[in-house]
Amino acid sequence: MAEKILMKGNEAIAYGAIRCGCDGYFGYPITPQSEVMETLMMEKPWETTGMVVLQAESETSSINMLYGGACTGKKVMTSSSSPGISLMCEGLTYLAGAELPCLVVNVMRGGPGLGTIQPSQSDYFQCVKGGGHGDYHMIVLAPASAQDMYDFVDEAFNLAFKYRIPAMILSDGVIGQMMEKVEMRPMKPRRTNEELLAECGSWALTGRTPDRKRNLITSLALEPHVMEAHNNKLQAKYREIEANEVRYSTYKAEDAEHLIVAYGSVYRICESVVDMAREKGIKVGIIRPITLYPYPEKELDALIPQMKSILTVEMSAGQMVEDVRRIAAGRVPVNFYGRYGGSIPSPEEILEALENYIK
Amino acid sequence: MEIKDIIKPENKVYGKSPLLTDAVMHYCPGCTHGVVHKIIAEVIEEMGIQDKTIGISPVGCAVLAYNYIDIDWEQSAHGRAPALATATKRLNPDKYVFTYQGDGDLASIGCGEVMHACNRGENIVIIFINNAIYGMTGGQMAPTTLLGQVTATTPYGRRADLNGYPMKITEIVAQLEGTCYVTRQSAQNPAAVRKAKKAIRKAFENSMMNKGTSFVEIVGTCNSGWKLTPVKANKWMEENMFPFYQLGDIKDR
Amino acid sequence: MAVKGAIVVDIEKCKGCSVCIANCPTNTIALSHEVNGKGFNFAIMANPDNCTGCTNCATVCPDAVITVYRVKI
Repeated sequence: MAEKILMKGNEAIAYGAIRCGCDGYFGYPITPQSEVMETLMMEKPWETTGMVVLQAESETSSINMLYGGACTGKKVMTSSSSPGISLMCEGLTYLAGAELPCLVVNVMRGGPGLGTIQPSQSDYFQCVKGGGHGDYHMIVLAPASAQDMYDFVDEAFNLAFKYRIPAMILSDGVIGQMMEKVEMRPMKPRRTNEELLAECGSWALTGRTPDRKRNLITSLALEPHVMEAHNNKLQAKYREIEANEVRYSTYKAEDAEHLIVAYGSVYRICESVVDMAREKGIKVGIIRPITLYPYPEKELDALIPQMKSILTVEMSAGQMVEDVRRIAAGRVPVNFYGRYGGSIPSPEEILEALENYIK
Repeated sequence: MEIKDIIKPENKVYGKSPLLTDAVMHYCPGCTHGVVHKIIAEVIEEMGIQDKTIGISPVGCAVLAYNYIDIDWEQSAHGRAPALATATKRLNPDKYVFTYQGDGDLASIGCGEVMHACNRGENIVIIFINNAIYGMTGGQMAPTTLLGQVTATTPYGRRADLNGYPMKITEIVAQLEGTCYVTRQSAQNPAAVRKAKKAIRKAFENSMMNKGTSFVEIVGTCNSGWKLTPVKANKWMEENMFPFYQLGDIKDR
Repeated sequence: MAVKGAIVVDIEKCKGCSVCIANCPTNTIALSHEVNGKGFNFAIMANPDNCTGCTNCATVCPDAVITVYRVKI
């Protein structure tokens, strides 16, 4: 029986990082995710696995440290919350343009501006659609538990290196702060230099030796036809990711007549909504996107014919609902219920909203 | 003795370093960047560290530095090179890591990154080219532009009351505990080039001694931006830049 | 002991900036009258007898286009 330890979602990120062979963490404190770096500093992984942990002077610097580390093929990550992610958007577009793998954890809080330290899901547009300039995507994973926080670190790194793309864990203050039992997976050692060379030697900066040409990491291409070709390459990669890497789950969707679409902590709340509704005889189910990019488009599409209505629930003023409406394409009413600015919806108010929409 | 008898391989006393690629540099005629690229390549060659060196190019004229020196390169966002270098070096302590940055990149938009990398005492080399102007974007005012100096955005000359004062960033980083070697050099004549090369070599050597950050400023010219011929630009630099940006070691420990 | 030098200029890469000319202590170098493929007048040994192979020109050349040779005579 694997060891289970009670911890915060943010702490699970830290342990997931140390135990999956992460090479470096670079971050800047911001509520509600500061426990990630605090836990790492307390654990001192540089004395055990050799993982580097550094408190940077800003989020701008943190994300550029990821760029500098990722250039050499290392597994590097940072974590922050919404205002910090805004600062990181410059670095993220460079990382995407230069095709560098890395992991960014966003424990969302309410905005806009300095906003609130309370939880929110209002960075969906920013993180799922890009955030910085240029045509790019990140792989975005949405955890709904502390265990997800732990497990998604390894999973995000695997995807990031498989496709040479930045990956994000898009969490929120609820998941980050709540305590749950987390199963500690078997320890994975950091890659050796030889393993790194085998996996990343074709592109990573490992030193220009006589047996190869110099490697260069850049996002610059001054000639339009070169830049267009690079974009075509990126787009082909995104199509491949969309075809192969969708993750989602459903809850009581098989016989449902009404479908809730929700992710992250709101998904957890909506499980209760479904059980309460079914006690009243309303057949409700849920689809939970686990990857927000790539979005479970086909999977949602396949559920639509059996539904009389859809309710998208978010801790935002309505962001993911735009994708749900696009996929539903007018075949079924797509309703929305959202709380924002740091407020968390209760199961009762969501059920009430559902009943009002379908009566 | 005929010229053809002199021009023989055994008589060669100076030539292009094999670490410089065959690409024709995109720099304007007479640009200081070319000289500094050349001496960096020579230092890496002479130290035998081609396979252990990672360069980080900036945004600005030197963004394409990676086309000219035959080592592994990363290309940074504007001003962020010291952050890249921090992680590159910490994750690869066996590598010689250097940034190559201009005055707009390092002293303006990247002021925060350079201060904190130096203050942490990262074991990296920072090469700072100060020609008191933005070259790539067409000759606008830089933080290091002299008072009275005409640029595209100070067409009547830089005025302290409108534009603030020229910034001695090198003196500022010398104040930081994390720096071990801070020097200001130039490259307009053979003696200056040799001194600058020695400084760069020392900086590279420091980066393996766990002593902290080495910071080498090279005061240079931008004859296109200054609207002077290369030779006149060197003279203008000596007469106007050197009194304000005084050459020599500021810190060496 | 006297020395004698000579330089070889990579004509197509020379941009005619003239920094070598300004730094030549023996007035060996001048700009050509003709131009290279890029339209630049390029550095030539106008007074080859003067050259001592001191390497000053090549040391300051921003484009690394000068190779210097020297013999003792």
